Amino acid sequence: MGNLLVEEKSIVVPGDVLADGMDYLPAGGAFRENDKVISAQVGVVELNGRLVKVMPLAGTYVPKRDDVVIGRVTDVSYSNWFVDVGYAVDAVMSLKDGTTDFIERGAELSEYYGIGDFVVARISNVTKSKMIDLSMKGPGLRKLLGGKVITICPLKVPRVIGKQGTMVSMIKDYTGCHIIVGQNGRIWISGNSPEDERLATEAIGLIERKAHISGLTEVVKEFLDSKRPVKPAAVAENTQ
Amino acid sequence: MAYTRTERALDELRPMEAKVGVIKNARGSAMFKIGKTIAYAAVYGPREMHPKFMQNVERGTLRCNYNMMAFSGSGNRVRPGPSRRSKEIGLVTENALAPVIDLTEFPKTVVDVYIELLQTDAGTRCAGICAASMALADAGFKMKDLVCAVSCGVVGETPVVDLDYSEEAYEGGAVDIPIAMIPRTGEITLMQLDGVLSKEQLHKAMELAKVGCKKIYEVQKEALRAKFRED
Repeated sequence: MGNLLVEEKSIVVPGDVLADGMDYLPAGGAFRENDKVISAQVGVVELNGRLVKVMPLAGTYVPKRDDVVIGRVTDVSYSNWFVDVGYAVDAVMSLKDGTTDFIERGAELSEYYGIGDFVVARISNVTKSKMIDLSMKGPGLRKLLGGKVITICPLKVPRVIGKQGTMVSMIKDYTGCHIIVGQNGRIWISGNSPEDERLATEAIGLIERKAHISGLTEVVKEFLDSKRPVKPAAVAENTQ
Repeated sequence: MAYTRTERALDELRPMEAKVGVIKNARGSAMFKIGKTIAYAAVYGPREMHPKFMQNVERGTLRCNYNMMAFSGSGNRVRPGPSRRSKEIGLVTENALAPVIDLTEFPKTVVDVYIELLQTDAGTRCAGICAASMALADAGFKMKDLVCAVSCGVVGETPVVDLDYSEEAYEGGAVDIPIAMIPRTGEITLMQLDGVLSKEQLHKAMELAKVGCKKIYEVQKEALRAKFRED
């Protein structure tokens, strides 16, 4: 017989015993020791059938294959760009993955992406020792012009996006801003005016602070309604 | 020579206080206060390990730095900056925390823990370990458990727990044994001893320390929960 020793949605810390007996199975953020399921990190308990999971409340970004991230170019070499994606080591984007354009022999690579440029890129591979390859080939992957980049906790990214992107499209609707959310917690916002961008930033800040509550969409909608009763028309994007 | 405590029982810890998330720019941070000893710990990283030959391709490295601040107390021990003593304590802190923390997700990187003592009245390495384990949990690292640490020892002929400086410097002689423990399993991750005592005294002192660690554990867990309840 197994017993659940904590309530669902309660906050646990490393070492807390979540359940005993073999009826419960440890999922992410938990592990088994003898017949006990134990929390491995600070988080909120979630129950899915027999699975006990700890949703982390703190943590860093760990790059995963096929994540779309916003990175900053930190260095350019003969055949690579080095891109900071918010992990300890820089990601490498090779010449052939950098662009679909034809690049002539001996061309100046910084004319494509220079140091300090922000790009939206996809992580094409992560090795076991965490060497990260980036690719710019794919829909929506490009260099970012104008706008601004803010950083939030990467764990809150799913809440900012919402189910099927509902949350982020609502913010886009209300502010008229273009928003790209990277899985690494960087968000690019580009709007008609600094006020629009500020409103979008505030809304995202609100989501980050209240990420754990349910019915968040309503809270954000209320906030946006109070600040911006009339929705602006969407603007044409500043593309290259 | 028999020693008697006046302000607290022999198995009683000094009043404790713990707070998590005290340093805004750190990835994780915590304060742990026991009596007049105050330790702050700040966690940074994972970040790239330099020099490169120290990188471990299997997992991340934990690196602890212990420092007594210049104004933190009196006596010849208080010397800020690197010294033989602070290097040793940094190393034993790493070894005390390494069994619980899982850094396999972050190969080639280093996680830095900076422990600063604002005020010292003995038991600083133990306070530092308590603060550091909370700070690592606050940063969101995967850990098997928190680590609790307290000193125990023999003052005169009397086994006691959580010695303060006056007891460490007791003229009738004192033995100070810092202990760090993984409370759930009872594993000891740090034990240092410098002095002469009998086997019975050691056993008695260790028992006191184990009970003390459990009390510290409750304080640590409560402090961590309090931070995340706020958010």
